[in-house]
Amino acid sequence: MAGSAWRSMLTQVVGGAVRRPALSSASFSRGMQTVTLIPGDGIGPEISTAVMKIFEAAKAPIRWEERNVTAIKGPGGRWMIPPDAKESMDRSKIGLKGPLKTPIAAGHPSMNLLLRKTFDLYANVRPCVSIEGYKTPYTDVNLVTIRENTEGEYSGIEHVIVDGVVQSIKLITENASRRIAEYAFEYARNNQRNSVTAVHKANIMRMSDGLFLRKCREVAENYKDIKFTEMYLDTVCLNMVQDPTQFDVLVMPNLYGDILSDLCAGLIGGLGVTPSGNIGANGVAIFESVHGTAPDIAGMDLANPTALLLSAVMMLRHMGLHDYGNKIQTACFDTIRDKKVLTKDLGGNSKCSEFTADICRRVQDLD
Amino acid sequence: MAAHSAVLSASKIINPFWGGRLGNTVKVFGTTLTSHRNKTLLTPPPAKYGGRHTVTLIPGDGIGPELLNHVREVFRFSCVPVDFEVVHVNSALETEDDINNAITAIRRNGVALKGNIETKHTMAPSVKSRNNLLRTSLDLYANVMHCQSLPGVQTRHKNIDIMIIRENTEGEYSSLEHESVSGVVESLKIITRNNSLRIADYAFRLAREKGRRRVTAVHKANIMKLGDGLFLQCCREVASGYPDITFDSMIVDNTTMQLVSKPQQFDVMVMPNLYGNVVSNVCAGLVGGPGLVPGANYGRDYAVFETATRNTGKSIADRNIANPTAMLLAGCMMLDHLKLYDHASSIRNAVLTTMNENRLQTADIGGQGTTSEVVQSVMRIIQSKGQLTADL
Repeated sequence: MAGSAWRSMLTQVVGGAVRRPALSSASFSRGMQTVTLIPGDGIGPEISTAVMKIFEAAKAPIRWEERNVTAIKGPGGRWMIPPDAKESMDRSKIGLKGPLKTPIAAGHPSMNLLLRKTFDLYANVRPCVSIEGYKTPYTDVNLVTIRENTEGEYSGIEHVIVDGVVQSIKLITENASRRIAEYAFEYARNNQRNSVTAVHKANIMRMSDGLFLRKCREVAENYKDIKFTEMYLDTVCLNMVQDPTQFDVLVMPNLYGDILSDLCAGLIGGLGVTPSGNIGANGVAIFESVHGTAPDIAGMDLANPTALLLSAVMMLRHMGLHDYGNKIQTACFDTIRDKKVLTKDLGGNSKCSEFTADICRRVQDLD
Repeated sequence: MAAHSAVLSASKIINPFWGGRLGNTVKVFGTTLTSHRNKTLLTPPPAKYGGRHTVTLIPGDGIGPELLNHVREVFRFSCVPVDFEVVHVNSALETEDDINNAITAIRRNGVALKGNIETKHTMAPSVKSRNNLLRTSLDLYANVMHCQSLPGVQTRHKNIDIMIIRENTEGEYSSLEHESVSGVVESLKIITRNNSLRIADYAFRLAREKGRRRVTAVHKANIMKLGDGLFLQCCREVASGYPDITFDSMIVDNTTMQLVSKPQQFDVMVMPNLYGNVVSNVCAGLVGGPGLVPGANYGRDYAVFETATRNTGKSIADRNIANPTAMLLAGCMMLDHLKLYDHASSIRNAVLTTMNENRLQTADIGGQGTTSEVVQSVMRIIQSKGQLTADL
């Protein structure tokens, strides 16, 4: 009674970091869980198809609902995502998104920004694990960057004070900082991580990063089983390129998170192989591939679906379907390690469909 | 001095009768006149007396004091005609008297060599970073760092040769913060046209001087459209005046990704303050760590030299394991600035020769040597070259 009430409140507060009990939302029907699929633009549709095929081969209990999120002008003139997409997401709570393009001078803001605002996606999680078989100068990378996604330097509040002087405001609030810190520690606990490091620049930005740090420290008090450290942004950058194995979970405000998460993606091989997830309030989570739409190879069956696939694996883990997630991930890594059917960006010259078929075959063999 | 006598003699020519009588008036009037007109051209005279330069030395905290002692030792050994005026800055105090004394000393001497002063962020937010205070008061607008792969140091990437020019006074480091409502803090990032033009101009001039082919501006103008947009626009304006140098731009997150996969593509990079912090630390890490790269802060009238990554190194302080290379090379940069080129090259060669003998590297780059062993080796090499006392 009190226990389950507390647990459901916690689930709402930390938005899906906790393994959700299977009866939580209306998407439960004969074991199948509904996921809103947003194929996206450019190579989006073909990689989404690839992921769906692999999930089918793995017999994962996922029912896909495809939706389009191109912005439309709603009542009152404000841009919003189409209501059927919103309704689907609110119902299923889980989304998988391909790359979206923002045409310049389209009049509407970036789609990613719109999605973020609509679902209050406050945490961006990027686990960076070295892929055996895709060689980079850095081996044994195994860290997670958790970035606050709503405020900080990207608040978008800028003004020209006088001609030639521009002021940009970085906003740090207590609530957002506490929320992201709580998510980070919950994530660490649920994924058997040992330590959480807060990245900041409180020596220069005393009040703003100072507030962020204070909140992290406060939340750390409630998670004594996880080691908490704090490190300056420059020290993290310096040490990251020399020895990335010393980092585990990193939590930070928006701008540092943007830079560091891309830095870590570079360590393991780039955006084409990096998964990413956005966690929102009310249990919503959207997993996405963070690479571009690659319009030059769209429709030519040359795309690499790894990033979207690994994001889908992240999604399975989030939903508690660890077995399926592990199976698909193993199959994917085995294919890459084998080096026989790699797509062009991984160094081979096979087609996307061949790559996908190989993974499907391995998944079925693993059963 | 020269300006005053010029005005006086000019007044004597113009008005031979009144020239002498109005001497004093002209002198006073002349001062205001010349200083007003020549304000932009008047540089402080160098602190060079009897052939010896005076340089301000700020030991700082952590490994600063011990490394600067080694620098002094090496300079004394090589008979470098530099006297150090040591100014201590206590980071535990809340008053700004110490740092103001240091700033006055630097204004007096024009050049300084410093260690990093720790910022205890447990103190009240009104106690600002001392290093930042120094940089903004002296208007040291350009932070220059040259990252080069060294043959004797094992790194994952080879053949890196990047010059990083970072705006040093404004941007995110303006230290303008306020708590509007309890729990909501705003921090202002200021970008001005003047400073952006100034740093871009510095970057292109330096690139031309060093024979570099490409300048890359690092920004985040897709998100911070006005702020970084202004910076980028100023860079483009300056670039149009240097047609022999290619100019391109790159978003900061893409830059860091490229740096860890293909750092050889970069030549000269120019950027605002915070991105400069990130990129310079990434590059320092790529070439071997914080112990290897020296950095310089240049203003119009003053220059302050230190290690590029500005680490306090509290955890390795006083254990004789810190790498003295960065500080020694910073000292050499300072000697170059003072036009003592021969001393600079002799010490620099000694340091680099020591580096490439693998046995004599400190722990941070994988060796077994101690700081004092490295310094002894440097001094031995300087002695063996032996030409200094005879030639200079």
